This record gives sequence, C-alpha cells and structure tokens, in this order.
Amino acid sequence: MAIQSSIRANLYKDSVSLMRISQVTVARTGVQRVTLLMGTRSNKEFLQQAGLMSPALESAKPGDIMIVVADDAPDKVAAAEREIHSLIAGEEPKGGSSEATAEAPPRSISGGVAIADHADLALISVPGPYAAAEALKALRLGLNVLLFSDNVPIEQEVAIKRVAAQKGLLVMGPDCGTAIINGVPLGFANVVRRGAIGLVGASGTGLQEVMCQIHRHGQGISQAIGTGSHDVSSEVGGITMLQGLELLAADAQTKVVAIVSKPPAPDVQKRVIERARAIGKPIVICFLGGEPAASAGNVHRTSSLEETARQAVALAGARQPGGDEQSIEALATRVCASLAPSQRYLRGLYSGGTFCSEAQTIWRAAGIRARSNAPLAAADRLADAAESHGHTAIDLGSDEFTVGRPHPMIDYGVRIERLLKEADDPTVACIVLDVVLGYGSHPNPAEILAPAIRRAKAAARAQGRELPVVCFVCGTGSDPQPYETQKAMLADAGAEIVGSSTGAALSAQAIASRMAVDDNATARRAMQGGER
Amino acid sequence: MNAASSALQNETSVISLGASGLDRGVESSGAPLVRLLWQPVGDGSPEVAWSLAQLVGDAGDADCLGSRIDRANAEVLERILTAQPVWVDVAAHASEVWPDMGRTLLHAGPPIAWNDMCGPMKGAVVGAILYENWATTQQEAEQLVAAGGIRFAPCHEFGAVGPMTGIISPSMPLFVVENQTTGNRAYAPMMESGGAKTLRFGAFAPEVIEGLKLIENVLAPCLKAAVTGIDGGLPLKPLMSQSLHMGDDVHNRNTAATLLLYRAVTESLLKSPISRDLVHETLRTIGADDMFFLSLSMAACKATMDAAHGVPFSSIVTAMARNGVNVGIRVSGLDGQWFVGPADIPVGLFLPGFSEADANPDIGDSAITETAGLGAFAMAAAPAMVQFVGGTPQDALRYSREMAHVTIGRNPGFTLPMLDFIGAPVGIDIRKVVDESRRPVINTATAHKEPGMGIIGAGVVQAPMKCFVDAVGALAATAGR
Repeated sequence: MAIQSSIRANLYKDSVSLMRISQVTVARTGVQRVTLLMGTRSNKEFLQQAGLMSPALESAKPGDIMIVVADDAPDKVAAAEREIHSLIAGEEPKGGSSEATAEAPPRSISGGVAIADHADLALISVPGPYAAAEALKALRLGLNVLLFSDNVPIEQEVAIKRVAAQKGLLVMGPDCGTAIINGVPLGFANVVRRGAIGLVGASGTGLQEVMCQIHRHGQGISQAIGTGSHDVSSEVGGITMLQGLELLAADAQTKVVAIVSKPPAPDVQKRVIERARAIGKPIVICFLGGEPAASAGNVHRTSSLEETARQAVALAGARQPGGDEQSIEALATRVCASLAPSQRYLRGLYSGGTFCSEAQTIWRAAGIRARSNAPLAAADRLADAAESHGHTAIDLGSDEFTVGRPHPMIDYGVRIERLLKEADDPTVACIVLDVVLGYGSHPNPAEILAPAIRRAKAAARAQGRELPVVCFVCGTGSDPQPYETQKAMLADAGAEIVGSSTGAALSAQAIASRMAVDDNATARRAMQGGER
Repeated sequence: MNAASSALQNETSVISLGASGLDRGVESSGAPLVRLLWQPVGDGSPEVAWSLAQLVGDAGDADCLGSRIDRANAEVLERILTAQPVWVDVAAHASEVWPDMGRTLLHAGPPIAWNDMCGPMKGAVVGAILYENWATTQQEAEQLVAAGGIRFAPCHEFGAVGPMTGIISPSMPLFVVENQTTGNRAYAPMMESGGAKTLRFGAFAPEVIEGLKLIENVLAPCLKAAVTGIDGGLPLKPLMSQSLHMGDDVHNRNTAATLLLYRAVTESLLKSPISRDLVHETLRTIGADDMFFLSLSMAACKATMDAAHGVPFSSIVTAMARNGVNVGIRVSGLDGQWFVGPADIPVGLFLPGFSEADANPDIGDSAITETAGLGAFAMAAAPAMVQFVGGTPQDALRYSREMAHVTIGRNPGFTLPMLDFIGAPVGIDIRKVVDESRRPVINTATAHKEPGMGIIGAGVVQAPMKCFVDAVGALAATAGR
C-alpha cells in the first residue's frame, strides 16, 4: 500500500476537528486510510506502533499537523491530500474580508476574559501537557476551572489546586467529564431539573447516572461538582472534594449532599468522612468498589449508583421509589430459557468507566470473577484489551481505545465492532451496553446502535444461538436525545432495557448465575474447586 | 483551606478552550460563553506553556511573580508614553560621542562575528574601513578584519541605531536625539542618497565612499546649523504624530515626515550664515529621498525605548533588531541579554528582475520603530503600505488590531484616524507574544544578499518566536532567585 506523509506546520486543531476532516476525506475520495494527528511525542509513538511513522514526520512539532494517507492507488492518495488541505484551509477565516478581521475570536484566556461578560469559569479541554498551564492562567485571572483534559502531570495538578484553594476558587479536574454549576451543564452533561440535592463526584459517568436517576425520580440537582479522577489520591489529598463539601454545606438551595467516587486513599477518606459528619446536612456517600461501611448519624453509606440516587431522593423528602429486583429475576429467567448450555460468560462493553467498575463490584460481590482492561484488582487485568476472556468488563473510554479517536460516547464505531465480535463467541451469555445521552455525547446513539444490535443478534441466531443484549440508558426526557425515544428504538431492536447501571449489572449477574449452575457442578466434580 | 467561595455566587459565565462540543450545554443553557481559537503557546512546547503560566499577574496576589511583572510593566509603559524625544544636535563624528571607540565598527542587530556576517554587512564593513582609510583595498580591509584589527559591537549597546547593515564608524556624523523627560540620548547615522549604491546595503565602490564624505563635509555641518537654529531643538513626537495622520508609518513610509522635516530645516537654514550652494545641496539631498526622516524616527524611538530599559522584572521588549542572519530582542527586565532567533526573508513585492532567491534575510535596527509602537503597529495610519503585501486598507487596520493583542497599552501621542483615533498599540509583552502565539510584525525593506546590490523589494516580516520563548524562559528563571 502506498503511504504518503506530510506536515501542515503551525496550525493546531483539536482531535475532534482532525477526526472530522479524516472522515469527510475518506467519504469524499474513497481513500483507504487517513490519519491526522498533531505532532506530539505520544502521537508519533502511536504512528510508530501503527506502522505509519515515516522520516518525513520526524520534524513535526506539537503545533504541526501530521498527515498520513494510505491507499493502493497513488491517484487516490493525491486526491485525498488535496481534499485534506482544502478542508483544513476551509475552516480558517478568509483573509482580506472585513468580517474576518474584525470578528476573529480571541486566542488566549486573557483575550477571552477581555471580551466576555464577567467570565467566572474556564472550561478547558486542550491536550493534557498544556492543560495545567491554561488552568493556572485562568485561576490568576479569577476564574474557576473545569479541566476536562487528562494526562496532566500530577505535580502540576497539585500546584494548580493549591493556588485555587488559596484564592477560594475551584479546580474541577483534571479528567473531569461533567459538572452542573448554577444550572449550567458543562462537558458531558444531562439536562436535569434544579432541586435540593447537591453532588460531588470523582467519576463523570457515575455523577451523570445518579443525577439522571434523581431527575427521573422527580427530584433535582442544586449543584454537581466534579473533582476529576485523581483528586482523592494521597498526592492531591482530596482538595477539590473537600472544597466541594464546603460549598454545598454553605449553599442554601442544597438540602441533601451526595458523594460518588472511587474509594479515596485512606487518609483522604478519613478527612472526607470527618468533614461529612460536620456538614450539618444529610449526606449519602458511595465509594464505589470500596469496603461496605455502616451508616451513622447524618452519613448514609451506599454501595451502588442506584442506591445512592434512591437514598438521596428519600432524604430530600420525595417519594421512595421501588426497586427493580422482581423484574431482574423475571428478565433473567426469561432470557436464560432460550440460551444454550455453552453460553456462560458476561461481556460488558462500557463507554462509561464508572459503569465498568460498578459492574465488576457487583459481580465480584456475587462471586463472579470478571477480567477487565480497568480491573478492580491487578490480577484481573486482561492480557489484551482487544480479546475478552471469561467474564469480561471493558472500559472502551480508556486510553488504549481512544488515542487518535473520539470517546466511545461520541463515536460508537469501536464498540459496534466489539459487539459483533462478541456475537461470534459461542460462550457469551449476555452483552451489557451503556448508552449515555446528554450534551457532548452522540446526537442520536440509538439510531446507529439499534441496527448493530439487530446484526449481532442475527449473527448469533445464524449460528443457532440467541444473544441477549442488556442495555441501560443514562439520560433524561429533557436531554437533546430524548430518553424515552432512545429506549424505544433500542427495545425495538430486541435489547433488554433496564432502568439503571446497577440494574443492568444485577441482571447480567442473575443470568450468569443461572447459566453457571451446571458448569460449576461439573467443575466441582472435576477439580474439587477451581476458580470462584 | 478556604471554601471556593466565589464558584457558586456569581452567574456562571464561561470561557471555553479546546475540543469542540464540550460547551454545547453552556450554549443551550443561555449562559454567556466565549470560545477561544486556542493554539499551543509559543513554539508548542508544554514546558514553555508551564513557565509562561507562572508569569501571569494576579489581582489577588501582589507578591506573585506575575504581579511584580505587571507593576514593572506599568512603570515601563509610563516611561514610554511620557518620553519627549527632541532632535537637539548633529555630532560631526561618532568619535565625538564615544571618544574611546578606536577601531570599533557598530553594526545592526544582535552581536555577530565577522565570519558569520551576511554579504551586505561584510560589504559595508569593507566600505567603512576604506572610508576610514584603515585600508586602501577590499583585500587589505578583509585581511585587517581577519587579523582581528577591528572590534565589532551592536549599535544598540551604544545607544545607537542604524538602518539596514547599520554600520557606524568613528568618522561618521550622527543625528543626536535627546529624551528630555529622562535626559538620555540616542544616535543614528544619516541616510545616504544614491539608492542601491549605499553603504547601508553593503556597497563600497568609490562613489559610495564619496557619498559618505559628502554627508560628513556638507550635510552634517548644514544640519547641525539648522538644528541649532531651531530654539530648543526639533520635538520629534509631534512631527511623527502628524505624519501618521498624513499616511506614514514612520518606518517604511516617511514621505510626510520627510516633508515636515524639510519645512523645519529650510527656514532655519535660510536664516543661517551657510552659503546658498551648501543649503541647496542639503535641501536637494533631503528632498530627493522620501526615507530621509527614517534615521530621526529610529533615533526618537531608541531614545524612548532606552529610557524604558532596565526596569527589573519587566517583560516589555525594548529592542528588536536584525543583523541579516539573526533577529535579537532585548527585554527591559533582562538587562545585558540578547534573545536571538533566525531572521526570515520578508514577504512582499520585489523590484522587476528580482525574486525571493536574491533576498537577504531581514536586516537592520529600524524595527526599533515597531518596538516603540510605530511601523507595522501603526499600519492602520498608512494604508498605502499594504500594497507591498497585496493587501487592502482593511488589512492595514488588521495589522494594528492584531498587534494590540501582544502589547500592554496604547499611545495617545500616536493616534490612528481609521480606528476612531485610538492610540497605536505599544509595549510588546513577551508573555503575550508567546501566549497568543502571535509574532510581532515588522515593516521592512528587502536587501539583496550580495553586497552593494541595494534594495530589491519591500514588505513585512515577523520576528521569530524563539526570541520570545527564550526570553520567557529567562524571566521565569528569575522567580527562583
């Protein structure tokens, strides 16, 4: 295959723009492969691994676009290169026109502040190596920060959070996917009504799921403060989580507080719980994947996202919603009736990292050992994230799947490929899929996921099996992609729709338990034990 | 630890930078939103980005390095705006100004050794040696230099500025401009007439040396008489301000300023006892060269920016200068250092018969005008200039608008009619240049790369980012001291 590499110097574009240009070029020219990446060290390594690196690209700087076009036909390569350059140029303002000169958007945070209407928050999603610098500039100018970017050096994270704390400002992140501040949704966020429950969370999709459930139970959110995934480590010390608690303690609209997080480092956990006890408001704490802990006084401990939402709603005085337990048992019984004995294993294909760890937590509690690319224990790490092994929960939002591609909540391509691959595996008993709605996510996920589910089920059926696909939708009726419509489209494709991430994991567990009975008996007979 | 007290108190108003789409919720909620056209800072290195962030001022933290820089810059801006450059004298010879200069030749731009000099500068060195009678042939002159018989130094380090190659030798007369606010003086050689065949473009033929002698023997004494005949000297700021309103940028277009100078010296010369023939010769020289005023413009800017130099912590550029190989900048708070990067070939028009292949990289001290907020920074005043780069009058406005993003203030003394008489942007802040990834623009003439071929075009050029990135690194390093 002919591979042509070139550089477009001194022009930064974010990965989403580059991806869009690649897609449009492939669509228009029919060229086999187009890869556009900024000339960073990690992107060069990525090209190296993909066998696409060439000497022509070695001089590329982080502010240069690396262009790689591959096809058997040289004329197609040339046509694609022309298309790429015209698409890149097409996005720039036309020189010479007075509009372009007068209305050029600001390039720097200080330039933005100068023309903004009393700016007070910077939403930063630039590449990680630059992100803390932008955050520090924003803090110096008196702005709070939501740092969506990941891969920020930990010492820079600590440095900016210390400056922020001194100045009474908030740094949500790095790696903070979502927040709602004063009713303004930031990053990946669902449209939820305002209400009495204030959230602090170290996990993006966990926060989204809890706030959506609260909304669907009829309550609402006062503030949702993201901390980013590293905040509760001992290096950072939970600076943002503790600040968030202070804020919600002082916020008049907040009657009930809830924390959703992976288990903090022990010292941080101790400080958070001490502060929670003194907050003067009922508080629900879910350290997902941690040791179960007893509730005491105003502190209510929960162990799943669904329980967290329900408990918060109950404390806020709304109606106590009923559980899914009966429908879970009914679903599992119905589904298992049509499965072959070979179908034993669960395959969770998640776009939300929190959902992936919640499922593993629930399955572990039921004695099901699952392997993962994001495992609870190191021993359960998959040797190859591309190959499932036994019960498997995959976080498709993790680095190995997202370098040079959009997040799986935006681009369902990788997930659909994996779904079809799992459909081919005769040992699969059940697939679990999350569908995240809201701003930032795919504009109509069910439209592309429903046909893929049909294909997967049909492929299994052609091999003489049924393939149950359990789906839950993280969203609300007010989201840009309405919840009920999305659910209906997925159900119509044959998916089993469950009301929550917790319910989906429990349903899968119920299916696995039923299908494992014979197998375990066989195994016990054969080996007097073996795997859990 | 304080609570994040302000996070929830105000209405949320968002600045968004980075990946597209993450602010759609903000947009839909109706909250105020400004999207940046974000680019990685400076040369794109994360280390520089982090250094730069340490230099940002903070209204709530007067002791942080950035706030100290902001205070120093306010002082620097005050010094620039209050400068009063006045043409007070002509020094008959440079050696009057610097009695110890001996066999020193001053040159344009940052320091450079003989072997590294570009063609035009080497030619001008030979010419100056012949003019000084330190040698009688090109070969002898080159041998003298090779044997270490000549000391080289940047004009800028002597309070002087020179156009193009910028060579100043001990016998050359100099314009003397005094900043009457602070008392410091700046010096510049007079523009030779003769087009291509001039020392400043590296020519050293006999007629070039004759031209230099004419300046020394005719022009200098006449202009000295003229300026001493003007009571208190000739204030240059009002003259330059008026020229901006007449279509000059006082860098690469000096048509109006030269006329205004002509008017001022004519009356003074006619009152003087100098013979009619010499007066005529002088007026003919000035009248024949639209660029004659440039030396005075440069000296006025140099007198202004030298007064602004040496304020500890300041991040304001006090000189941008090119030696035909490198561009160097000096920064007020980083005294004694040049920050250099490779000079580009100017972009613009070429005279018939020449092309980019003939062009020398950018050369000359005249970018002191941009440093002082004139030249390309005041391009809005000089729409005729953009014809060099095939632009429209709108582009002229754009240059002035864009340069406002890298400067800390505006000069009410130099207003731009086409931009509603707003002051020209002034005070280049190395932090802003790097933060905005926006290089200062310089209006310039293009020299032929061979000595003595002269001007082959004109256009615009940008100072290399490396100068500013290195200076940011040096300023950030001062934090540790």
